Amino acid sequence: MQDQPTAYELIDIVAEFIRVHAMPQMTGHAAFHALVAANALDIVKRELAIAPKASAEEAVRLQNLLGHDATLDEMNRELCTRIENGELTLDTPGLADHLWAITMTKLAIDQPKYSGYVRALEEEGQS
Amino acid sequence: MSVKENPIAAPLAAAVVRHIPGVTGIENLKRLSGGASQETWAFEAMRDGAAIPLILRRAPGGDRAASATAAGLETEAALINLAGEVGVPIPPVRLVLQASDDVGRGFIMDRVEGETIARKILRDDEFAKARPILARQCGEILAKLHSVDMAKLPPLRTSTARDEIEQYHQTYKTHDHPHPVFDLAFRWLRDNTPATASKISLVHGDFRHGNLMIGAEGVRAVLDWELAHIGDPMEDLAWICVNSWRFGNIDNPVGGFGQREDMFAGYEAAGGGKVDPERVKFWEVLGTLKWGVMCTTMVMAFKAGDRSVERATIGRRSSETEVDLLRLLAPRKKG
Repeated sequence: MQDQPTAYELIDIVAEFIRVHAMPQMTGHAAFHALVAANALDIVKRELAIAPKASAEEAVRLQNLLGHDATLDEMNRELCTRIENGELTLDTPGLADHLWAITMTKLAIDQPKYSGYVRALEEEGQS
Repeated sequence: MSVKENPIAAPLAAAVVRHIPGVTGIENLKRLSGGASQETWAFEAMRDGAAIPLILRRAPGGDRAASATAAGLETEAALINLAGEVGVPIPPVRLVLQASDDVGRGFIMDRVEGETIARKILRDDEFAKARPILARQCGEILAKLHSVDMAKLPPLRTSTARDEIEQYHQTYKTHDHPHPVFDLAFRWLRDNTPATASKISLVHGDFRHGNLMIGAEGVRAVLDWELAHIGDPMEDLAWICVNSWRFGNIDNPVGGFGQREDMFAGYEAAGGGKVDPERVKFWEVLGTLKWGVMCTTMVMAFKAGDRSVERATIGRRSSETEVDLLRLLAPRKKG
């Protein structure tokens, strides 16, 4: 167990420092890259908040799809190979749901404002 | 940077004076942002006290070889001329640089005024009248572009659907990070590749926002012919529909400004031939996957030492294409 502030809180205050204090003093390319840097820290914040639970659920689904346990990286590589060679398809029970789940998790972390993600969330509500 | 401080200014001025009748010098030479694979410079040629706005497209550093997929600057200049002859709006090429000009490899073309930034074109009042007609215009322009006489084309790489799939699959494998949705898309593309192309023609290869100079009345010029090749013309109709190029306007599939039906109607009316929407969808899946794989190449560049924060974060945009691919291949919406 580590001391406080938490990693999330530290990232949060650095992103705030960039936006509120550093950026107003910058111009041109430097200001643009500072904004990109603050946005990158926001990705890390969301990953810290979302990924632990999502990755645990991903591992359980992968064990069910593949029929055995391994590291997350190994199971993802095997999943890719079995999709590539046609062994697992969209007709395989659970595959489409799994691909949607991992993708929606990535977008929730990477780009939660992306139009395709926002639309997919709406469609999720309808289905 | 003033003309005097810039090492290419003197040879460039000499070349322009030598090749464009009546020109006595150049002014306001400046490097424009964007374009890592090619340099783009803006300047003015002075003739009888009047300024002719021009663009120099030059190989990086003058002679560094472009990527394997790039057509080459001399080829690009030839393609712009050929496209102009069949009615594609283009920036007329004023001169192709020779080795003796000592400016490097490249060409000089007219600077067409207008806007290339998607967010302005899609939101600013200035383009309100253009937006409803752009989709049809793009269809008409692509029909003309695809009508360029194959016998007149300079040597150009041929890339079929199968070639494109294998090229990007290779890049994906090189990245060596598992993307299950990419594998699903590669599998779908391999299973659904049309047996033959609709026809074989000149393909622009990067027909989308950023490469279309747009004014209040519509498209003024098709720019950046670097990725031109010979292939299936449906590739161009699909690439501009990839959701990444809609810039948030998801319900306007053509560049965020229009409907596929309008683009297809313009294409057919201008002699492009009947459009098969299923074939365009195939190329839209391929285009979406291509952009996703390109985002992962940014990760490779970053890890190889290009430590720009912008480069690093583009890697986290490949997931955008994954949700678009799933919406195309495994839609959850009922009905």
